[in-house]
Amino acid sequence: MNKKQKKLLGRILAAAALLVLLHFLPVEGWPRFVLYMVPYLLIGHDVLSKAWYGIRHGQVFDECFLMVVATLGAIVLGLTTDGDYTEAVAVMLFYQTGEWFQSWAVDRSRRSIGALMDIRPDYANLETEDGLEQVDPDEVEPGTVIVIRPGEKVPIDGVVAEGTSSLDAAALTGESLPRDVGPGETVLSGCVNLTGVLRVKTTRAFEESTASRILDLVENAAARKAGAENFITRFARVYTPAVCLGALAVAVVPPLVRLAALGLAPQWSVWLYRALSFLVISCPCALVISIPLTFFAGIGGASGAGVLVKGANFLETLAKTTCVVFDKTGTLTRGDFTVTEVTPAALDREALLETAALAEIASSHPIAKSVRAAWGGEPDRRRVTDIREHSGRGITARVDGRTVAAGNRRLMEELSVPCPIEDPEVGAVLHIAVEGQYAGRLTIADQVKPTAREAVAALAKAGVAETVMLTGDVESAARQAAGALGISKVFSGLLPADKVAKVEELLTARPGGGAVAFVGDGINDAPVLARADVGVAMGAMGSDAAIEAADVVLMDDDPRKLPQAMAIARRCMAIVRENIVFSIGVKVLCLALVALGLAGMWLAVFADVGVMVLAVLNAVRALWGKKPG
Amino acid sequence: MKKTYKIDVDCANCAGKMEAAANATPGVKEAVVSFMTLKMKVEFDEGAQPQAVMEEVRKNCKKVERDCEIFL
Repeated sequence: MNKKQKKLLGRILAAAALLVLLHFLPVEGWPRFVLYMVPYLLIGHDVLSKAWYGIRHGQVFDECFLMVVATLGAIVLGLTTDGDYTEAVAVMLFYQTGEWFQSWAVDRSRRSIGALMDIRPDYANLETEDGLEQVDPDEVEPGTVIVIRPGEKVPIDGVVAEGTSSLDAAALTGESLPRDVGPGETVLSGCVNLTGVLRVKTTRAFEESTASRILDLVENAAARKAGAENFITRFARVYTPAVCLGALAVAVVPPLVRLAALGLAPQWSVWLYRALSFLVISCPCALVISIPLTFFAGIGGASGAGVLVKGANFLETLAKTTCVVFDKTGTLTRGDFTVTEVTPAALDREALLETAALAEIASSHPIAKSVRAAWGGEPDRRRVTDIREHSGRGITARVDGRTVAAGNRRLMEELSVPCPIEDPEVGAVLHIAVEGQYAGRLTIADQVKPTAREAVAALAKAGVAETVMLTGDVESAARQAAGALGISKVFSGLLPADKVAKVEELLTARPGGGAVAFVGDGINDAPVLARADVGVAMGAMGSDAAIEAADVVLMDDDPRKLPQAMAIARRCMAIVRENIVFSIGVKVLCLALVALGLAGMWLAVFADVGVMVLAVLNAVRALWGKKPG
Repeated sequence: MKKTYKIDVDCANCAGKMEAAANATPGVKEAVVSFMTLKMKVEFDEGAQPQAVMEEVRKNCKKVERDCEIFL
């Protein structure tokens, strides 16, 4: 609680105590009026002065003004009829209680969302002659060496110069498994150093670093308002004047009708009371507060799960997505090559891998790397001589004194080595010949991510009508991957520009009737990310291009984050709908009851304050997204 | 040009009123107020002086909501 809130709480408690005390005091007439004015002014003096200020500046429908009209009206009624001022004081008291609660609840949720995103590092350690010095990370220039001790946050992005440790990136990615880092590897700000001391050479300024950028992004997300929010703003603008006109009508029309048409007593005071109760219900605050709060909590909850949503509007779109378009490479597949098949002919499996790996010992081609990784042995340069690259075909070399050729079918043909087996349809093939004799082949392909299938299934379960895969690969490879993943539609052999065209086609067709989401890795697909209803970039940790281009950013490269993000979005939208229906519903119901005389100002106060309290509490639920599985 | 300012305001409806007041101020192309983050993001018209415009914005906001503040 801040000072303002504490002061208000004090006033609320004092006024409430006074009110109870006065209830048991047998005073009548003017002294009673004066006594009741003490708690009234105690609790309402700032509302009165704000109302006066509002009138002078032409703010007639200001909520303070309405509250003042309602309570002063009730006091006048008390003066002229039964001398009951309790209601006026109580209404003001409840109004202020509502204000206090709103301020407290919003503050709390601000802080708990803030805590969830507590990745902003407070300081950086510089090494000086007198040991470590803590400085403001803002002052650290790129290229400076900083020291990160165990338990500290990485303040600035950089490269490890010295030391090994494991890093906890949970605050950034939602992934709880620590990652090991050593010299030469990149570390991102916002990660927590767990085990060893690291010396890190910074590569960016503080404000350009991952943690700062993410915080900036989430904070700015609130500025992009969702349709539901704009609806509420427009509604609020009409609602208050409408209810005030309604109040005027209630005060004037029924008495006149009774008087003129029915020939009954006009009952001015009864209808005036009802009109005043109307005014109490006229404040749209419950709505206006709960909707942005829900979105804010939803965005906060998502970022806690490693999903950055760049605006409330995208949360809304994500919730009604019925078609998800995936880019294949780097999204559904790992985007790097692995040996998927070893087919020995003359040598045994292990010897074939070893021979190939040694022949490829000097190459930096991704295929060579994958072969060395598949073998896993310690490469000994002394065993390999006479390495010759045959551009676009492969490599020949002497391994342990024997001539080895490793390359594609064309290389084999040039060396007149017959290849007995047909090339498989998927992936790249490395044929190996030893001393002119065919020895076998390795199939190297991009591998499907282990969680991709699960992710596609989860999307289908979440009501996504169609999943589509776009790829620049040949059709056979694309079909195989799509079949393995359970994806319904494939478009292969596409250039980046074709991908935009395909997404545009889907935007016109709108399978499932909802929004179209595109999921890519942020490399080369920025135009597609921008064109789709909602562009999702994956594995974006540290990739500026992806963070820039996408509407939703999945911080690690697990495709299961997407159904999780959709679940959070849907939950958030459900709460938004609940709050809209609930608060408008209760207000309309209360207006009806008050107009019919079935309820008094007490219920009106509930419609104002009680609904707001419930709506705020409901909104905060969006912070805790359901855990997947 | 775009700038972000910290603000202080008590209720969401008032934040909406501030937004409207800021948007009505000459020199402001678009202003967005976020009640949750207590920030006002202002895009200025071409050639406008942000400092001078924001003084006006603050004045106009105070007219519609006395208890608000914009930290310039």
